[in-house]
Formats: sequence, structure tokens, C-alpha cells
Amino acid sequence: MKPARSRNLMAFAPFLLLMAAIAVYVIVAVLTGQTQFLTVENLLGLLGRSIALGITAVGQTFAILIASIDLSVANLISVSAVLASSIMSGDPSMMLPAIAAVLAVGVVVGLINGLIITQFEVNPLIATLGMALVLQGLLSATFNNFAGEVPEEFQVFAYGQVGGISISLIFLIALTVAAWVFLRFTRAGSNIYSVGGNPDAAKLAGMRTTRVVIMAHVICSVCATIAGLYLASRLRSGAPWIGRDGVYDLESIAVVVIGGTALSGGRGGVWGTLMGVMIFSLIDSIFNIAGVDAFAKQILRGIIIVAAVAVYAVRSRRIEA
Amino acid sequence: MIERLKQINPVFLVLALLFVAIAILSPYFLQPTGYMNFLKRAAPIAILAVGQLYVINSGGFDLSAGALVTLTVIGSSILLDGDASATWWVVLVMLGVGVIVGTANALVVSWLKVPSIIATLGMMITLSGVALTWSGGAPRGYLPENFRFFGRYLIKDVPLIKILPVAVIVMVIVCAGMWWLMHRTNYGKRLIAMGDNPKAALLAGVPLTETRIIAFVVSSVSAVIAGILLGGFAGVSTDVGVGLELQAITAAVIGGAQLLGGRGTVGATIAGALVLQAMFTLLNILGFPKPIRDVVQGLILISAVVIAGYRRRRSGG
Repeated sequence: MKPARSRNLMAFAPFLLLMAAIAVYVIVAVLTGQTQFLTVENLLGLLGRSIALGITAVGQTFAILIASIDLSVANLISVSAVLASSIMSGDPSMMLPAIAAVLAVGVVVGLINGLIITQFEVNPLIATLGMALVLQGLLSATFNNFAGEVPEEFQVFAYGQVGGISISLIFLIALTVAAWVFLRFTRAGSNIYSVGGNPDAAKLAGMRTTRVVIMAHVICSVCATIAGLYLASRLRSGAPWIGRDGVYDLESIAVVVIGGTALSGGRGGVWGTLMGVMIFSLIDSIFNIAGVDAFAKQILRGIIIVAAVAVYAVRSRRIEA
Repeated sequence: MIERLKQINPVFLVLALLFVAIAILSPYFLQPTGYMNFLKRAAPIAILAVGQLYVINSGGFDLSAGALVTLTVIGSSILLDGDASATWWVVLVMLGVGVIVGTANALVVSWLKVPSIIATLGMMITLSGVALTWSGGAPRGYLPENFRFFGRYLIKDVPLIKILPVAVIVMVIVCAGMWWLMHRTNYGKRLIAMGDNPKAALLAGVPLTETRIIAFVVSSVSAVIAGILLGGFAGVSTDVGVGLELQAITAAVIGGAQLLGGRGTVGATIAGALVLQAMFTLLNILGFPKPIRDVVQGLILISAVVIAGYRRRRSGG
């Protein structure tokens, strides 16, 4: 009985954390007399401020599900945004070639990450950290400021609205649904869980584990480049520091873990990740309406990340570091 | 003979080749001022890397080291504000902060079972928040001359080598201490056993929590010491520690340390730090723009791991 109950609780943990965050948000808003923040639009708006993190984190979920990790996403976001805006340089007819080029870069980076990890048996942390340094170095050696600009048509991605809901939010939710369908209903999706849960067993069962790992990394990198496209659209241009400034590598890992996906792989999913993103933006808004100093906010944030991960970890009997 | 040569860690060979290349390209580095300044620049990263090695050998990561370097520099300059008579207690306070940060990291990992990468990431964010809150976002205060002594002062008229930077003396003493603890004590054996296989180590009677606390405290204290040196020769800024934790991990990995536990040696890690610094120096001499450093650091990081894995499989270890 006991294991079953604790597994159920674990499945609900991200939801409970989200409810707790919403409760604190409501209490703080009421206590400070700022009830104007308590509307559904406002809650949706919260998620709208975390689109780039959300897209990146959906991809990061795939990497973490196969017990890997991707530290190169932040730098890939910068590469993608700069590449997109300099290829477009304000010309609407260059939008499709730019998007195609950027997505191709995502595929290539994901392939290289996956190949280094599987063929050379390099620890994923190191492989993707190395990739991060290479990407950032190449980018910073070529560009040192905002490069190019995106045409107004492309800004629709970040600023457009359909029926009062922003297109980017619809895109994030559609992406999450697609990722969920893929993981839940396709063979490739269930392979990801098998390889992440127990790579040796998956291999013995005849799965081509190498391909699964590479696929997960390609998905992760492509999501990061889409996040880069979104940021280029929102900022109207790409700069070589936007990914690093957003700390998308570490934050995407944090929200995936807070969303209940195990760092050891094989357990979790994209809805939890989306809740993790929600929790993160709620924490931010709670600090904002409570008027917490920007730097103190960072201190609390660090503590909350660790505490949230501890909620999951303390129950496991893991003794490794 | 050949068999014995093969057992030598390739990092020493790479280091020798880099030194030859640097010496050919710029004879300045053959003079005492040249190589002593090189060692002085390498001192903080060597100390940080050996500290990081303790945590890596325990099976974890310490991502908070760079932020702790920043906090040390910022905190010391605010506390001191040019008052030379306060230097000694400020240094002691900072070392105390290191002990507290390391203990906190280890306890979060041991008691709350948070993976060290997340625990120290949280610590990194928290510490840089503390540094920013304390300073208000911009460097304040002023480091007196006797604080900067450790990082900046050169002992002149030394026989044979002419000049001897204090930072190099600090590096030798600190690294010798860390070498002794890792390779000549029971603690070092317990640490490596724990990194190799925590379950087996626990069954063999290794006190995991205590062993981990010491490893993280060594890493944090080494970060404070590196911060004191960097504050000495680089001065006060809010980004002095940014990325240093990655350089430290890179140095340890170049030296052949195996991530997730159990293999690195202090000597090879120092060589790894020197390789990294030599590589940066070489790129500088060749006139490459600074960002290319990152590219090279990334490439050697991956190749070092590939080569280490290849050697391990060949030797069946």
C-alpha cells in the first residue's frame, strides 16, 4: 500500500505546489489590498511572461526524461535569436528562410550533443557545457550588440492576439499538448520513458537506445531555437546575451524538476513542466506585488528552487550526490 | 619503459607542449617575470579547481564557487572600506562564511537529498543575490593595501627566480594542504570510496554526511581564498567570479577527474588549471578575440572527457 500512496502523492506534487503558490499569491494580493491582480486574465498574463522559459523547458523535459540534461539551451537561444534577426534584417520575405535556417541549427546542435553523449560516452553535463561554451564563444566573437531586426510581420509571434489570448501563449499550450501526445501515445514517446528509466533494460529489450537519446536532444535543441525565435520577435532584434541573461539553462532545469520530472530520468512529463513554469512566474509576481527588493528576490528564489526540489527528493532513499 | 610512459597522465604532456609553444611565440615567458606572472594569474583557478576536485571526487558538483568568489570580493571591500586594521578579522569572517556555505551545501545534499547540481545552483543564485543586495548592485568600498598584499605583492630580489608573487606562495601552501588531505589521509580514501560507490562506502563504514561536509567546506574555503587573491590583483567588481566554477570543473576534468566520483588527483588537477591558463595565454599571444577562449575551453573540455574515457576503457579500469 505504501509505495502506491506515495507514488500518487508524487504525481500530484506539482499540482499541490501550484495550488500553494496560487494561494500565497491570493493572500499576498488581498493583504496588500491589490485585488486588481486577482483576475483570470492576470493569471494567464503571468504565463505569458514566461513563454520563452516555457518553450525551452518543454524541450528540456525530453532531455531530462532520458536521464540526460542540456546546459547549452541558453546559448543556443542567443544564437537562434541573433541568426534569425540578422537573416531577416527587417525583410518580411526572409522570414521563412530565417526560420528554416534557425530550426536547422537546432537540429544540428541537438544531433552533435546526442552524438557526443552516445558515441563518445561523454557525461551529458560536460558535453552540453562544452557545446554551450563553443556556441557562446562563436557568437560573441562575431556579434557584440543587437544584430539585424525582425520585420513587423514576425512580431506577431510575440505580440499578436487571437480572441484576446496572445498567440505565443496559444503556441506554448499547443506545443505542450503536442509533446504530451507524443510522449503518451507514440512508440517513440514510450521509448523515451523506457530508456530514461532503465537504459540497460531498454537495450536488452531491443530498443535502439542511441537513437532515442539523440532524438530527445534534437527535440530539446529545436525547442530552444524556437524560444530564440520568440525572443527575437519580442525584442524586435537578437543580441548575443539574451539567452545567458535569462538564465534559461538553469531555470529550465529547475522548472522541469519542480514540475515533478526526475533528474534520474524515466518519470515525469510536460504538464508538470508547464506547472513548474507557472509556479516560477507566480513566485515572481508574489515578490512584485509584495514589493520585495529585486536583489532580495533573487535570494528567495535560490532558496525556493532548492526547497521545491527537496519536496521530491527528501522522500527518495537516494544516497548519491 | 613504454608501458610506464603510457601511464603518465596526458595532461602533463599537453602542459609541456603548451609551455614550449608559448616560450617560442613569446620569449617574455622564459624570464622570471613572465612565468611568475603566469603562475600568479593561474593561482586562483588552480586553488578553486582543487577545491572543486574534492566535491567532484565525492560524486557531486559545486556550482556555487564562482558566486562565493564574488561575494568574498564584494563583502570584503564593503566591510573593510579601506581600513587596513580590519583586514585580519575580515579575512577570518570570509573564511567563516566559506565554512558556513560549504556546510549548508553538504547538508542540503545529505539531509534533503537534493542533487548537488541543484543544491549548489540554488546556493549560487542565493549568494549572488546576497552580494547584489549588500552592494546595491555596484561595487562599493575599497580594499586596503594589506588585503591586496596576497594577490598583488611581489617579493623582489629572490635568488634564482628574481621575483616571487605572494599569490604563488599561497597557491603552493593551500594546494599542498589539499594534496595532503586527499592523498595522504584516511579522509581522502573515504572521500574517493564514497564518490566511487556511495552504497559500498556506507556499508564499509564511511560516514557519508561528515565526509561530504568536509568536501564541500574545502571547496567553499578554496573559493574564499581564490576570492581574496582575485580581489588583490583584479580589484573590486560584481562579476569577478562569473563562470569561475565552470573553469574549475573544466580544469579538474582536463586533469582526468571523473565526473560523478572517484578518480581525480590533486597534481593532475593543478596541471589541468595550468593547461587552461596556458591555453588562454596562447590565444592572447596569437591575438584571438576573447570570446574564442570560450570556444577553446568548450572543445578541450569535451576532448578531455573523450580521451579520459578512451584511456579508461583501454586499461579496463
